Formats: sequence, structure tokens, C-alpha cells
Amino acid sequence: MEPLTWTGSLSGLNLIFLLLIGLLILSIVVSILASMVPTADSRAVSSDGTMAADSGATGFINMITGYLFYATVAVVLIYLIGGVLMGTSAGIIGGMSRQFLPVWIALILTFALSILYKRKLGLYGKLFDSTVGMIGFGIVMFWVYTGIMGGVFDMLVTHDSLSQTSGMKNKLPGTPLRGAEESDFQWFLLGGDNLARDVFSRLIKGSWVVVQIAPLATLFAFMVGITLGLPAGYYGGRLDTVLSFLANLILAFPVILLFYLLVTPEIVLTGIPNYMAVFLFAFPLIFFAILLNSRYYTQPSFRTPLLIVVLGFLGWLYLSLVSTDGAIVQTDTYRIPGLPVTLDGFDIDGGILVVFVSVVFVNAPTVFRIVRGLALDIKTRDYVAAAQTRGEGPWYIMLWEILPNARGPLIVDFCLRIGYTTILLGTLGFFGLGLESESPDWGSTINAGRRLLALYPHAAIAPALALLSLVLGLNLLADGLREESLRD
Amino acid sequence: MGIFILRRLGVMLLTALCLTFIVFWLTNLYPNLEKLAKTQGNFRMSDEAVTSYLGDRGYLQPLPVKFGQWLGVMPGWVTEKEDGTVFGRCFGEGTPEDQRPVRCGVIQGDWGFSTRFKDEVGPTVITRLALTGKLMFCVLLLMVPSALIVGVLAGMREGSKLDRSLSTFSIATTATPEYVSGVIFIAVLASSKFGLSPLLAEWGLIDSKTLFLGSATSAMKDATFWNFFLPVLTISLYGMGYIARMTRASMAEVMTAQYIRTARLKGVKFSDIVLKHALRNALIAPFTVIMLQIPWLLNGVVIVETLFNYKGFGWLLVEAAGNNDIELLLAVSVVSVAVVLVTQLISDIGYVYLNPRIRIS
Repeated sequence: MEPLTWTGSLSGLNLIFLLLIGLLILSIVVSILASMVPTADSRAVSSDGTMAADSGATGFINMITGYLFYATVAVVLIYLIGGVLMGTSAGIIGGMSRQFLPVWIALILTFALSILYKRKLGLYGKLFDSTVGMIGFGIVMFWVYTGIMGGVFDMLVTHDSLSQTSGMKNKLPGTPLRGAEESDFQWFLLGGDNLARDVFSRLIKGSWVVVQIAPLATLFAFMVGITLGLPAGYYGGRLDTVLSFLANLILAFPVILLFYLLVTPEIVLTGIPNYMAVFLFAFPLIFFAILLNSRYYTQPSFRTPLLIVVLGFLGWLYLSLVSTDGAIVQTDTYRIPGLPVTLDGFDIDGGILVVFVSVVFVNAPTVFRIVRGLALDIKTRDYVAAAQTRGEGPWYIMLWEILPNARGPLIVDFCLRIGYTTILLGTLGFFGLGLESESPDWGSTINAGRRLLALYPHAAIAPALALLSLVLGLNLLADGLREESLRD
Repeated sequence: MGIFILRRLGVMLLTALCLTFIVFWLTNLYPNLEKLAKTQGNFRMSDEAVTSYLGDRGYLQPLPVKFGQWLGVMPGWVTEKEDGTVFGRCFGEGTPEDQRPVRCGVIQGDWGFSTRFKDEVGPTVITRLALTGKLMFCVLLLMVPSALIVGVLAGMREGSKLDRSLSTFSIATTATPEYVSGVIFIAVLASSKFGLSPLLAEWGLIDSKTLFLGSATSAMKDATFWNFFLPVLTISLYGMGYIARMTRASMAEVMTAQYIRTARLKGVKFSDIVLKHALRNALIAPFTVIMLQIPWLLNGVVIVETLFNYKGFGWLLVEAAGNNDIELLLAVSVVSVAVVLVTQLISDIGYVYLNPRIRIS
């Protein structure tokens, strides 16, 4: 079988595409240069008394830029739709586009529903008023759907991400599979890596690692940061001094040194990550307990059952999370018993746990500082004074008056921080820390591919671009959210 | 001001002490010591052999004692073997009795012995730091001016085409970690089979095989544009976007100030407004950001030195941590913590000094 080219039977479009890209860049440069020269809009009064305004040369250039942009997007869409219809006969891009078909459908559904009901969806709905925000949201959701469908349901992938195929070592993108059975997918769409595994399938499997860990780790970091940062900012005084000193202490550590010290198999043996997990994962529990109690403590008949249900469920999750094989900490010399195996919902592998814990540990102090700063600012507002006069308790004021009013900056920072966590996870993989070496996550794949970078760059470039696009998407999403939340 | 600096110095010292103690504790955990013994001795050591190896070399003393010895406030350990030879932390086997120092630690200027490089820690760290200093100098030389230019250009007309293009560029650079941009640069610019180099070589525009060299090992002795530009560019790009965004925000804020409007109404030329009125006030905030960015560059240095095989301070950190070389790792962390704290101090003092509103009140 012939190796695939990038665009296959749609290659006639390539020239047009390149031309459009070139013209688009040119027109953007020209319009930037033109914006330096001040030009007044010209208005002409015609003989019948009507007035006509034209936006001058700048407007003309901007119009051309707009059209060129839409034309470029249209060609990209033709590549993708053509790919969905024709599959691999539309080249590598076509083949990938067809593999991603479920993701496209999910994306279109998400966007259609969200835009339809955007006025009823609060801040999320407002996101669809900003182009930048929509682009960012689209990219992020693309990887989220890819991660879930590829990682959990095993869709999208063309081959097994761990199995090696003889004769496919370091093969270029689009190489036909040697000795393929009828039922196999016939090509390695993005080539093979240095262990003859399919780069495309590993890319998809790798997105699941990120989609799984990054948002959850960021959420935990936020719980820790909020639970400690609010009292530090609200009470101030000695509590603030001590907590700020501890936060600065962790922040003064170079991140990589901290990772090298924490994320090693030897440290896992000592059980330190388990202690840290016990400590850090308790914060959501404390947070929700205080949150509900401070609001409903005046109605004990409602509060007590509510707390029992919520804390019971969270407590079970917490115990399942921290205990493995019926023990919270298990070393050679001693063990601390935890939840019995029969009640244990799920086990977390020691390698993943240590990665998770250290990422939370690194992120939490920064969140603490942000929340503390916001609390310092907001506690001087009138509505806080009003609540104090009403006789509300301090935790009610912190969690039900200050926190909701700090949500704008916190949501924006949450998006940015997921991106930063993704970068941290990649860094861990890049240094070969934590996850096993055959793990398909993007950092480890880049690390494996960089040894042969000058000769076979495709194995490292694909995950690098994937990581880049996800983080860029999160940054754009944060930018869109910031814009929209500032508007009200 | 004097009291402020003194108090900050006190807090710095306390922080540095706490951090080194944490590093000391983590590196001295028993599994780490066992690994150290096995890499130094041999991998098939029995448990007894490991214990006696560690015991002879003072690793099994209580943690505070060991830390005190490293600091130089407690007398160093001395081991007497069964055959009568005596050696200790501060002296080797053949040293005569009257030349044996009692204490040797950081306070005495002795940073210990590196088990990985079989050499004194002090000189090793200094050689590597000098190499990284060269890299950092080039990075700052490239990063700071270009970030400031991008930020000022974007911020002087907020919302214009130029602003939007440059802001997108800054967002893109902050979203590109060093290991991604480095990989892309090597593949596009420094591969003899892919990217631009084969094209350029075919057209006869470059003499060598590749446009840039993908490895910076040769730059340690003799840095040229050809072998040193890619690592410098990789580190600069990631840090640049953040500084540029801060500069833009600060510039945009200054441009809405009353005195700028006054200057415009007086009929001052736009270029004069930007260069003479706005720029000086707009550069106060970025100064702080640049100083605080330096510790972040340290992360980039570790990644880039690993990627481009440049044997500087970052490479030393990776080697020390990978081999649990306790004393070297402690020296490395002292240096990096000092960098963080000193840049924080400089940025605080500089902010007070540069900002007349704070300086006068």
C-alpha cells in the first residue's frame, strides 16, 4: 500500500490554502501599519440630502482581512469535512478527522445547545459572546472529549497505545501498517515512535492523563487555598503571619527541585505522599462542613441530616482516595489501617498519587496568596460591615459574603491554573518522574521522542503541539472569561 | 528603610534555614540513604553491609546532629575502624592528629564532598554557576528589551490592531513551556532532515548542514550565535510573554492618566508623549515583575540545559537529585533559594526606590 500524504486527494486545495495564509498574514501586517497612520473617515453629502460615510482605506483593508480569514477557515473546514466523508483517501488529516468524528459531533452539540440557551446560563452563557472565549472553549472541550472518549471508552484510537508493531519503528506519518490484518486500521496516521508504537493512539490516550489529573488537582489546590486564605485575609494578625510564612516557604522552592525530592520511588516507599494526601485531601471535607454549617446552623433539623448525607458521601470518597489495600500508609515496618477493601471505592496507584499530591502542594500556596489578597480587599466593603452588624458569624461572612464576590478573579485564575498544572504535569513527564516510562502522557512522550529529535521529530512534535494547543486554549478561555466578567 | 531591610534579611535567613532543613530531611530518609549506599558501593549489598557503610560515614546519626554538622555548629563525626584507622567528616584516613579540624560545615566555608562527581562541592557549584550565568545573561539581554518593546507597543494604543496581535503573541508564548518550544525549535531549525535547514542548505544560503545547532555542549567553551541562540531563545520566549503582558497593562493604565491627556491637548507629538511622558512611569511595575521572573527562569534553565545538553547549574541539579548526592543537592538548593529571596528583596527595595509616591510618603 502507498504511504499516505498529508492531504491525499484534497491536495489540489493546498496551493489555495498556502496562498490564503500568505495573503492573510500580509493583510494583517498591512492593517497594523495602516493603523499607525491616522486617517479620518470621509463623509460625503450627496445632492438629495442623504449622507454617505465610508470608513476609508483602513476600513477597506480590515474588510479584506476579514474575508481572507473566513476563506481560510472555510478551507480548513473543507479539509476536515472532506476527511470525515472520505476518510484516509483525504490523507492523514482526513484520516484523523474521521477518527475524531464523535468528538466533532459532541462539540457541535455542545456549542449548539449553549448558544441556544446562552441567556439562561449566567457567566458560562456570556462566554459565547466573546470570540476569543469561544475559540478557547472549543479547543479545551476538544481535548476534554478526546480524553474522555479515547481514555474511558476506547473510541478514536486506531491501535493499542502500548503494543509494539514490528517494522514500524520511527516510521514517518502515514506509513501503512506492515502485515496488517483485514480488521486492523491500515495506517500509522502520525507514524511510529522509537519503540514502534502508534503515535496517534498514544496522543489520544495521553490526553486522558491530563484531562483526568489537571482539573482535579487544581480543584484540590483551590480548596486548600480558599480554606486557609480566607481566614488569613479576614482575621489577619498572627494567623496570617504564620500561614503567609509557610506559603512563601513553599513558593521559594524551585518547582523542579521540589519535584525531584518528592516524586521518587524512594519517597513513595517512606509513605510521605500518603501523609500528604491525608492532609491535603481533608480540606474539601472541612470546606464543605464549614460552608453548610455556617449557613444552616440556625435550623438544626435541616442542617443535621444535610451534613450527615454530604459529609458521609465526601468522607467515603476521602477514605477511598487515601486508603489502598485497606491501609492508609503501608511501609515495610508499620501500617496504619484505613477503609477495609470491601468498602474501598477505588484505588489510586502510588505513582499517580505522588504526582497528584505534589502538584496540589505546589499550586496551593499561590491560590492561598490570591484568596488572601482578595479577602483583604473585600472585607472593607459595606456589605461585609452590614453582615457584621447583623451579627453573622465570621465563617458565614467569609464563605457566603466574601467568597461569592471574589468568584470572578478566582474563576479566571482557575482556568489559567489548569493550564499551568498541565505544564507542570508535562515537566514531570519530561524528567521521567512519577509516571511509568511507558505511560502515554504527553510529557513522557516528549521525553522519549527528544532523543531522536533531529532525525525523527514527529514522535515528539505531536504531543508537544497537543500540549501547546490545550494550554493555549485554557489561556484564551481565561481571557474570554475575564473580559466577560469585567463587563457587568 | 534600614530596619525594613534588616527585618527582611532576618526572614530570609529563617526561610533559607527552614528550606535547607526540609531538603536535608528528605534526602536523609532511609530509602534514599540506602540507594546512595548501593550506588556508591555496589547494587547487591546486603542489608548489613548497607548499615555498616552508612554507619561508618555518619549517616545514621540523629537528623538534628547531622544537620548541625553540615552547618558547622556541631563537631563532625569521627569513626574508628577495627584495624585502628581513624577517619571523620573533616579529615581523611592519613591525617595526623594535630591537623584534624573539629568542625567543618557551611559556616567554616566547607560545603562538603560530592559523591556523584568525587570532588569538593564548592568549586563544582561555582564552575557550573558561571556557565549558567553566561546563559542567563544572554537570556536577560534578549528577553527584557524585547518584552518591554512588545509591551509598550501593545499598551500605547489599547484595543488597536497592533495591541491585539501583540497580546495574542504574548498569550501564545506564556502557553508554550520550554520543553515544547525547545522541541519545536530543534525540529524546525536544527534538524538536518526536517524543517527549514535542508531547504536553506539546498538553496545555498547556509554553509553548515543546519541553521542552528541542536546541542549547546560546544557553547560551554565557546558560545557563538550558531550554537547558543536556540537555548537562549527557548528560555526567553516563555518568560517574555508574562513581562510583556504586565508592561502592557501598566502602559495602558498610564496612557489613560490625566497628565497624558494634558500633554495631548498641549499638542505634544504622540511619539514624544510615549517616550518622554509615559514610558518612565510605565516601567516601574515591570521592574518588579522582571526581578520576580528570575527565579522562574531557573526552572526554564533546568529544562533547557537538559534538552540542549548544556552542563550548567540546572544540569547539576538534575544530576545531584537523580543520584541523591546530599551535600551537592544542599548546596544547589541553598543557591537557588538565595536567588529567589535576593531577587524578592531587590524587587521590593527597587519598587520603593523607583516609585516616588511610596518613596516620599
